[in-house]
Amino acid sequence: MTASAGYQWRRDKDGLGVWEHRGKVAVAGVGHSPVDRRWDEVSMDQTLGAYSILACRNAMDEAGVTPDQIDGIICCDSHIAGGSGGSASQWAPRPYFAPPYDSEWGLTLINAKWLIEQMRLPNVKFAPTGVPTISEMVGMAAQAVGDGICHTCLVIYPTGNLEGRYRRGGENADDYARGPRQWTAPWGNHGGNDFINIFPHGQYCLRYGGKHDDLAPFVVNQHRNGLLTPWGYNASHQVPQLTTEDYVKSRYVLNPLRLWDCDRPVNASAAFLFTTAERARNMRQPPVYVLNHSQHNFRKRTTQEDLDEIEDWTDRAARRMYEGAGLQPKDVDIFNPYDGYAPMAQFFLEAFQWHGVKRGDAFQFYAGDIRVEGPHPFSSSGGNLGNGRTRTAMYTDSIEQLRGTAGARQVKVRAETALAAFTTPSSGGWIMFGKSPS
Amino acid sequence: MPKLIPVADTLSKPFWDAVNERRLVLQHCAPCDRLQYPPQQACQVCNSTAGLTWKEVPGKGHIAASIVIEDGRLNRRMPDQPYNLAMVTLDADPRVNFYSNLPGTPPYKAPVGAAVAVTFEEVAPGQLIHEWRVVA
Repeated sequence: MTASAGYQWRRDKDGLGVWEHRGKVAVAGVGHSPVDRRWDEVSMDQTLGAYSILACRNAMDEAGVTPDQIDGIICCDSHIAGGSGGSASQWAPRPYFAPPYDSEWGLTLINAKWLIEQMRLPNVKFAPTGVPTISEMVGMAAQAVGDGICHTCLVIYPTGNLEGRYRRGGENADDYARGPRQWTAPWGNHGGNDFINIFPHGQYCLRYGGKHDDLAPFVVNQHRNGLLTPWGYNASHQVPQLTTEDYVKSRYVLNPLRLWDCDRPVNASAAFLFTTAERARNMRQPPVYVLNHSQHNFRKRTTQEDLDEIEDWTDRAARRMYEGAGLQPKDVDIFNPYDGYAPMAQFFLEAFQWHGVKRGDAFQFYAGDIRVEGPHPFSSSGGNLGNGRTRTAMYTDSIEQLRGTAGARQVKVRAETALAAFTTPSSGGWIMFGKSPS
Repeated sequence: MPKLIPVADTLSKPFWDAVNERRLVLQHCAPCDRLQYPPQQACQVCNSTAGLTWKEVPGKGHIAASIVIEDGRLNRRMPDQPYNLAMVTLDADPRVNFYSNLPGTPPYKAPVGAAVAVTFEEVAPGQLIHEWRVVA
């Protein structure tokens, strides 16, 4: 195990120019576990550990890679999103089982060390600890392979869920507001991307016109795309297609944020195999090349981010990505932004100006034809709203669209480049994929 | 209406001490002539630590946006649901904002754009928090 702290892998500054490894790194394999609503705390073949091993094996099988070829493992050692869940996401202790389930590791927490032992990977030399969320993990993997730190690297992103515990304990059950929460929690802000975006979203509606429920066509279409994704929660659990009527009648969570604006926490894992472009050409799948990765961590100036800050941050993230990839908005065919809460997608869409959408145009764009069969197949993955909170659908779909293996979701328009992200407006990262290396 | 009780730390103690005296004091960076809230170790514009002082500011602001919490995650606040949560900008520097439950304003009735004035509310014996009330 090696700490990630000393490795300067991030591309998180303005003006870095074209990525030095553009087109020299590729994704060669993708693997998913089943997506369950929760782990039942009994079925040992459905633990987060079992699902992570399964996802890794699926990704390796898809690429035709054997365990001895893996020399890099990047695994998020949290069941939800790095440390962002705070103490409310600490679920230990509990009654444990026989090894390898004699601690929290393997049940609801996974790290590289546990996976290396369970999967008997003999040649891993890069296994950083303390890695952040999926958006940064894929960037780290791309950079590590490009830098020659490893050549065949698994990225594993587990997302866990247990009955009654999802962010219900810890600091959310506390009577006191400590640390940064002294400025938010007394008034009811429990912290999270829902709060980050809902106030700027309100300002957005005032500035540009429109109302909250103008999000309905987007959310309904996310569910439609999710039902076209066989591994996703909705498709694998026969969730009925959401309708506009369902949406506008759904209960509020943070009014005007509705239930269907929020993704559904799940118990699942996914894995992606990154390798050199040269090696990928000899593997089973057509390589999907990495054209750039970029990160951002913008600091808010006061208590609550406002619309001006959000637009500035997302504009800067877009400039970084386009500059590093050597591409422009018109060059991007597939666009899979993060959608864990519906009212943030418009900020990304407009910043990246996908299909010419400018500030204030998103609701009108949503009201048009955004189906995968149509001319503007926005968020063809179905994202997290359509597949559950795996936070990986954006990446999987982007890769499959470029391979031409997206099945019923395969877009009818050109599919040669794809942008994917798991990011808030303030922090996270983007990755650009290409069907060809240049 | 039990609200979570803020726990002051070394950095925030002057702020909460002032709130407990029913005064609103914010960090002020002299070189930048900017107010800063929540308090930080250094000015977030010029990174100065020496230039930061505490400055009492008029408790006047406006509601920039508002939501209603109907299904929040904080156990202590659940009995209050539904309740307003507004984003209030400070008139002295609208780049500074605060949260408020808008005491006196019924849920769903927050007048976005309206003027507000600071008030103080006891959340535990001897511990106040700053709140904002719509002014006529």
